[in-house]
Amino acid sequence: MLIRILTIAGQEMRIGLRNRWILLAAVILALFSLSLALLGSAPAGTLGVDRMTVTVASLSSLSVYLVPLIALLLAFDAVAGEIDRGTLQLIFSCPISRGEFLFGKALGHFAVIVLALGGGYGVTAVLLLATGGGSQAALIDFARLVATSALLGLAFLALGYVLSAAARHTSTAAALSIGIWLLMVVLYDLALLGVLVSETSGFFAARILPFAIIANPADAFRLFNLNALGASDLVGGMAGIAEALPYPPAVALLSIGIFIVLALALAVVLVRRITP
Amino acid sequence: MTQRALELAEVTKIFDRRAAVDGVSFQLAAGERVALLGHNGAGKTTLFKMILGFLKPDHGSVSVLGAAPGSNAARRAIAYLPEAVAFHNALTGEEVLRFYARLKGEDPAKSAALLEDVGLGAAARRRVGAYSKGMRQRLGLAQALISPASLVLLDEPTSGLDPISRQNFYDLVEKVAARGATVLLSSHALTEVEARTDRILILSAGKLVADNTLARLRADAQLPIRLRVQGNDGAAGEIAARLGGTQVNGRSVELFCDPADKVARLAAIAELGPLVADIDVTLPSLDDVYRHFSGDEGAEG
Repeated sequence: MLIRILTIAGQEMRIGLRNRWILLAAVILALFSLSLALLGSAPAGTLGVDRMTVTVASLSSLSVYLVPLIALLLAFDAVAGEIDRGTLQLIFSCPISRGEFLFGKALGHFAVIVLALGGGYGVTAVLLLATGGGSQAALIDFARLVATSALLGLAFLALGYVLSAAARHTSTAAALSIGIWLLMVVLYDLALLGVLVSETSGFFAARILPFAIIANPADAFRLFNLNALGASDLVGGMAGIAEALPYPPAVALLSIGIFIVLALALAVVLVRRITP
Repeated sequence: MTQRALELAEVTKIFDRRAAVDGVSFQLAAGERVALLGHNGAGKTTLFKMILGFLKPDHGSVSVLGAAPGSNAARRAIAYLPEAVAFHNALTGEEVLRFYARLKGEDPAKSAALLEDVGLGAAARRRVGAYSKGMRQRLGLAQALISPASLVLLDEPTSGLDPISRQNFYDLVEKVAARGATVLLSSHALTEVEARTDRILILSAGKLVADNTLARLRADAQLPIRLRVQGNDGAAGEIAARLGGTQVNGRSVELFCDPADKVARLAAIAELGPLVADIDVTLPSLDDVYRHFSGDEGAEG
């Protein structure tokens, strides 16, 4: 079982390297994070916070947009692409279970994301350390950012597999993925803010908003990271609500975990129902 | 060993209230090479999917070496090459083969020798994207053969290949059969599988309409032999009158006869002596035989 999962995972990593996918994602992450680190260092002095901490706070906001996009772009092809190429028939005619197939894909893509994050953000971390901009505590912040970004990536990979298995055509799956990204990463926040601003009774803000935030892995990720940095006042916006939450911020992390498990389970169910 | 490699009993599959496969029964003995013929949409691929366990028959039963289709035992026994498979363009032939070897629990180190066998030794390190269609099909066959399967299913393996590639492909299939594996391959043209198979199954609109050797099919079809007699100047009319055929132009007369009467007819023509300049004997072609069984004589398939 393990051999078959690792075989699928290895194949995905090989394709990721061969297509320069990992390289491209790492370069994009490096470019954005470097520019944030270099440009963002200007105001840091006046705030009296570690330069690296400010950078990590900015990078959390960057990750919320980029990591789900990278994950969805990796995942949308996972099932639909194999159907289109006819290779799914071949793979499923081998003695491998549908679950093993999907876990293999997830493992391979997860490794691709970890490599891209490590490479892309690593460059920035090394640069900040070399220029004396980081302390040991800031380094831990940085490691936490990379780890939670990978977790966020896994959540959106699982979501991508659900879309890919449900759509069964590459082009439909691609369109759905972009739609879901827009919905969950951009519009979701706007909608929450809109309701929050227009509402007067305070019921939504107190009872629904905290749970609406952790229901979306992207928001849960931002909440956890900014809270862990103690930097919500640095960034402002939605992050400011962290103090008024009815649960500890670690619950946000747990929520991402639950999201991953549910989405992967749904994807396995959908893949089992496919006639290749 | 008396175990059947494959056994189908009254298998029916219904899509949208139309039977895609309708009451099909046949058996394959170990080591047989069998061709499954039918037009596009005759139900060949549906049949394959049921043998692989991707689809469940609505009626009837399928058994692969005594195991249920789709079970691990059945999947281990089957090697399959789907129609129009496209391996990932970014990978090399060797990487593709090693991948499938691992999935099937075989030693990936075997792939180098196998690539050599199918004539891809020199192209092993090249990307699949740069392969010709014939090379891709050979890679597909290599993938199917990486495990010592006892039942090899090939879905239209030679469609779209040029005659030389097709020839090479069938040479490989022959090697596989020589190892003792049962081979079931589908095609939409009888001419493609001529002399390459022990037995021929013909599927038409979901029904199995023929199951026999090519020679028996030819005999059962009872298709007439066409004789075209070319007369010397001005003799065509007299030839037509004496033999009872139809005059097709100023010089030639066409007549049809049963295979059994062939010799007698030829003798009668020979008796005409100096009237006859030449004789053409045309046996029914494989396509004629196939058309006869698939039930659309004259119609375009």
